Amino acid sequence: MSAPKTLYDKIVDEHRILSFDESGEAGERLLLYIDRTVLNEYTSPQAFSGLRAAGRAPWRPAASLGVVDHVNSTNPDSEAGELDDGARRQIEYLGENGRDFGIEIFDLFDPRQGIEHVVMPELGLVLPGMVIAAGDSHSTTYGAFGVVGFGIGTSDIEHLLATQTLVYRRLRTMRITIDGTLAPGVTAKDLIMEVIRRIGADGAAGHAVEFAGEAIGALGVEARMTICNMAVECGARVALMAPDDKVVEYIAGCPRAPSAGLLAQARAEWQVLRSDPGARFDKEIALDAGDIPPMVSWGTSPDQSLAITGIVPDPDDLPAERRADAIRAMAYMGLAPHTPLQDIAIDRAFIGSCTNARLTDLRDAARILKGRKVAPGVRAMISPGSSGVRRAAEEEGIDRIFIEAGFEWRRSGCSLCLAMNDDSLAPGERCASSTNRNFEGRQGIGGRTHLMSPAMVAAAAVTGRLADVRELAAEEFD
Amino acid sequence: MERFIRLSGRAAAMPAANIDTDVIMPKAFLKGIDRSGLAAGLFHDLRFDENGAVRDDFILNRADMAETRFLLVGPNFGCGSSREHAVWGMLQYGIRGIIGSSYGAIFADNAANNGLLLLSLPLEQVAALMAELGDGAGEMTVDLDAQRIAMGAYAAGFDIDPATRRALMLGLDRIGETLTHADRIRAFEKAYLGRKPWLMGAER
Repeated sequence: MSAPKTLYDKIVDEHRILSFDESGEAGERLLLYIDRTVLNEYTSPQAFSGLRAAGRAPWRPAASLGVVDHVNSTNPDSEAGELDDGARRQIEYLGENGRDFGIEIFDLFDPRQGIEHVVMPELGLVLPGMVIAAGDSHSTTYGAFGVVGFGIGTSDIEHLLATQTLVYRRLRTMRITIDGTLAPGVTAKDLIMEVIRRIGADGAAGHAVEFAGEAIGALGVEARMTICNMAVECGARVALMAPDDKVVEYIAGCPRAPSAGLLAQARAEWQVLRSDPGARFDKEIALDAGDIPPMVSWGTSPDQSLAITGIVPDPDDLPAERRADAIRAMAYMGLAPHTPLQDIAIDRAFIGSCTNARLTDLRDAARILKGRKVAPGVRAMISPGSSGVRRAAEEEGIDRIFIEAGFEWRRSGCSLCLAMNDDSLAPGERCASSTNRNFEGRQGIGGRTHLMSPAMVAAAAVTGRLADVRELAAEEFD
Repeated sequence: MERFIRLSGRAAAMPAANIDTDVIMPKAFLKGIDRSGLAAGLFHDLRFDENGAVRDDFILNRADMAETRFLLVGPNFGCGSSREHAVWGMLQYGIRGIIGSSYGAIFADNAANNGLLLLSLPLEQVAALMAELGDGAGEMTVDLDAQRIAMGAYAAGFDIDPATRRALMLGLDRIGETLTHADRIRAFEKAYLGRKPWLMGAER
């Protein structure tokens, strides 16, 4: 009998065309077959230009899908009005590349348009056991399906398009086991933020991270995507979860799912997609889900976060190597040590992004917003993860709850998560945000981002300051 | 891509941890469809204030740093977004090598694909180099052939992945290399997709 294997190594082995060193160990250099990719308008143009210059064509055009998501306006009242010339040219070029190379493109006004990592799974294009590499760091999202998903740069997009492969280094493995039950009001977002806080922004660097344990099994597929998505913020190159019945049921309901017959055949094969008992991981970490509180970030790195009940730390209390960064972050964020997080007033609230803008996220926020109003002086926006999510929410009447509370019901795109379009913070503006990165300037030059779950954003929006969602929904969580 | 064999030049220290690619190349410079014009975007919001005035306190704005070729950086440099524009901007600005303890994984791949040398040294070695550099503008020499790094009184060997080193020294066409295996890719693909018929079912 062969040695027990991790889920990650099983999938890599299944996609190994050839090995340059035959080591089979972490660090092995190999040629890896890539099942699929998704292309966006801002990281793909130079890859296509490279193909054109070399006279090359995509190896398997049907393995690629192009989606406009990063630069488009989300203003519901405008056609392409707010597009600057650069954005317009990028969108046009994506369309041109699709036409010339036979790649399907979801353009600005396609009813299937949306954020790439929301669109791919909701179509049923993400299937267990695949390897999906794409020109966006949050491609780790696909791990929720038992997929090795990872972000690549533009040179590797070109390599992937031309060869359907990547020259790949086998990663080290890490398992994060989360047993116990999440407390009421605590979500997948809080869970991954606590993991990042605990291990640091580079705590999983060089590793493929498998999330396991009863708390993961208890989560829905969309919540699992939130965790795998944001695992990149602790340096994970790949995040993985063993696919279960929930995953198969999710796929079965998608428009491009394999036919029932093929799905049944696949399902039998997918049984092997789990780490074998006794499989060895290079690192192991365990958490109890019951210990995790609702989290918010206070700094400019995703690991600078705390329980909402906490206070801004005193740099003198931090380990020496973190002190200078904390002081710099506090200066940028305009925060003084010992400030209770719940005293921090906000100017903006944003629900959106590939991390937290799926239908279940919208429902979570709507539950808090129902019958409440956004606090005076706060501008609140929601940009659903895809045009499909937007329609589904409208069919449920969730849009009315957001609109009546005072939220702007925007169209879909990456929007204020990275503010490549006209959605951005003004210098000094402070935003409660369901996104993934609180980097300096990410949401606008001088903008101040506090990361949290969609329900926590809703709580902050109606309170006008960072707030504990458990206090707003006490009766519901009893 | 330009080859890297041996280079001497000015080194500047940026010791903060987790300097991300949003900071290295802000979003205002991501709207092109080619690779040009990115030197202007490198660390833009650190180099210039909201009104476009030069920030004198930023290291690369110092007169003695005008010809900087090496950055000495803190842990997890280049984390965050996959944007290869960060690496293109470095090279266009004139930065040819980065010396630190760890890097964002996608940034590291992008660097290797473009001939930007990244050295991953033990933390103590980075600290020793930082100490040697102090607040000054040191002349650093990195010899990739001999795998030696030197600055002032400091000199040491370093380890680097052999495949990355070879690609940097030869400036290889990676796609062309992979396509020499086209027959094996094709054979693999046929067998693989034949074994998993559900994979093609979902495609247009």
